[in-house]
Amino acid sequence: MDQIKLEENFQAKLDRNEMIEPKDWMPENYRKHLIRQISQHAHSEIIGMLPEGNWITRAPSMRRKIVLLAKVQDEAGHGLYLYSAAESMGISRDELLDQLHTGKAKYSSIFNYPTLTWSDIGAVGWLVDGAAIMNQVMLQRTSYGPYARAMVRICKEESFHQRQGFEIMQVLAKGTPEQKAMAQDSLNRWWWPSLMMFGPADDNSPNSANALKWKIKRESNDQLRQRFVNQTVPQVEYLGLTVPDKDLKWNEEKKGYDFGEVNWEEFYNVIKGNGPCNKERLSAKVQSHKDGAWVREAANAYAAKKNKVAAA
Amino acid sequence: MTNQEALVNYCLRLADNNLILGHRLSELSGKGPFLEEDIATTNIALDLIGQASSLLQYAAEVEGKGRTEDDLAFLRGEREFYNTLLAEQENKDFAVTIARQFLTDAFDYFFYDELKKSADARLAALAEKSHKEITYHLRHTSKWMERLGEGTEESHRRIQDAVDNLWRFTGELFEMNEVDEILLKEKIAVDLNVVKIQWDKLVAEVFANSGISIPENVFMQRGSREGKHTEKLGYLLAEMQHLHRAFPGVQW
Repeated sequence: MDQIKLEENFQAKLDRNEMIEPKDWMPENYRKHLIRQISQHAHSEIIGMLPEGNWITRAPSMRRKIVLLAKVQDEAGHGLYLYSAAESMGISRDELLDQLHTGKAKYSSIFNYPTLTWSDIGAVGWLVDGAAIMNQVMLQRTSYGPYARAMVRICKEESFHQRQGFEIMQVLAKGTPEQKAMAQDSLNRWWWPSLMMFGPADDNSPNSANALKWKIKRESNDQLRQRFVNQTVPQVEYLGLTVPDKDLKWNEEKKGYDFGEVNWEEFYNVIKGNGPCNKERLSAKVQSHKDGAWVREAANAYAAKKNKVAAA
Repeated sequence: MTNQEALVNYCLRLADNNLILGHRLSELSGKGPFLEEDIATTNIALDLIGQASSLLQYAAEVEGKGRTEDDLAFLRGEREFYNTLLAEQENKDFAVTIARQFLTDAFDYFFYDELKKSADARLAALAEKSHKEITYHLRHTSKWMERLGEGTEESHRRIQDAVDNLWRFTGELFEMNEVDEILLKEKIAVDLNVVKIQWDKLVAEVFANSGISIPENVFMQRGSREGKHTEKLGYLLAEMQHLHRAFPGVQW
């Protein structure tokens, strides 16, 4: 079959809402796009362990400590499924990690912000996981089978994460004045970066057109961002906190909120590596990978010895 | 010392071991040598802290002074913790983490197996659950002892160094005092002499399989049964307790 015919068949399959599986023919750009997206997603889970891990040893109660530890472990598990999904497209884990460690691969910029107080753990669960879920619910129907199936599992756990984050905020918002102030401060710092998580505005998003055509994405960045704002504002009100946006206003006509302009300069700056924690996050991963080199070597050497004995 | 006081102290001893060792492992979250091991380490940390939580709840109930598990975890000072010196030692490198864990798992495996027979129904039930978890931990760490011992020259050197450094903290694992005496009479506590025989045998086996030598003529450090610790514990508690102590009496 010639290239054009193959591509037509591929698109027809997508248009019938059929899944693409690892052994199916796919355009090279589709493969590249997905490797980039899935690996970014995997890296985000792995890097995302760090800002939350920052509070595991300081969680203020036994219950919070256990829940946070379990949550961070879930993120590691998500990273594992996603690396496996990326590997099914013909790239190795070593290559993927190398891309992360050399800065070639990106991860979600949100994790370049610091978790400064305990309520940041609440805000991250509530807002960051909340924004991630908007994307991920859509991705359960993404066109690449292994990715879609990984997302089904991930979504189940993420909605539990969001609830635990909201619950932390609820306790703080209804707590002492100091606790409430801590919660408001976290909301102030995490609100805008959470809106940035949906990516650039639609008229300025280079990868979106293909992603929509190939049914990798099924909704645009701006649509998802709007849905997130609509869903989250009532939750802020319920908590008795204030959204840090003076332009926020209900728009009866569109049945949604109008909101202020995201600071895109900050967004691009963080992507470029100038966020408050870009250097720390990456160097923490590079360092633990380096520190673990002798362990991986030992495990390989031991396995090789055992295989030799078994073969003899 | 009353029977009640002895039981509270016994529960704290077990709870603190799990809490402090679990805390050390939790420090490694996101920093493992590879992702699967990161998950395994966090898993063990979760099991340990979960066990600690149940034991602290029980200690608080037996004590009957209205303290909660959180009061016991976050409001006791260095001299009121009864975890072993081994549990509080720092992670340093993966070999130290594995050696510390293996030596503890080997102890816990036999200890909790015996505790299942305790006349205290609550402790027996907790032991039942813990023993299942520890069986996995021990399998995991025994395998790593072998991989590191028999892996490369570097891994062998590191694991032997780790064992050499930690060995001095293994003597007090088997130390019994008035608490044990009282509770042994009630058939609540475990006779640590019995555990010692099994521990010695297993450790010797795993070391032999791993090409690791058992350190000889080591002076054994002690003190945790009286709440006397190494200098490491104070820093750990400062980190663990600071937020809880900074806002007295609030809900989290």
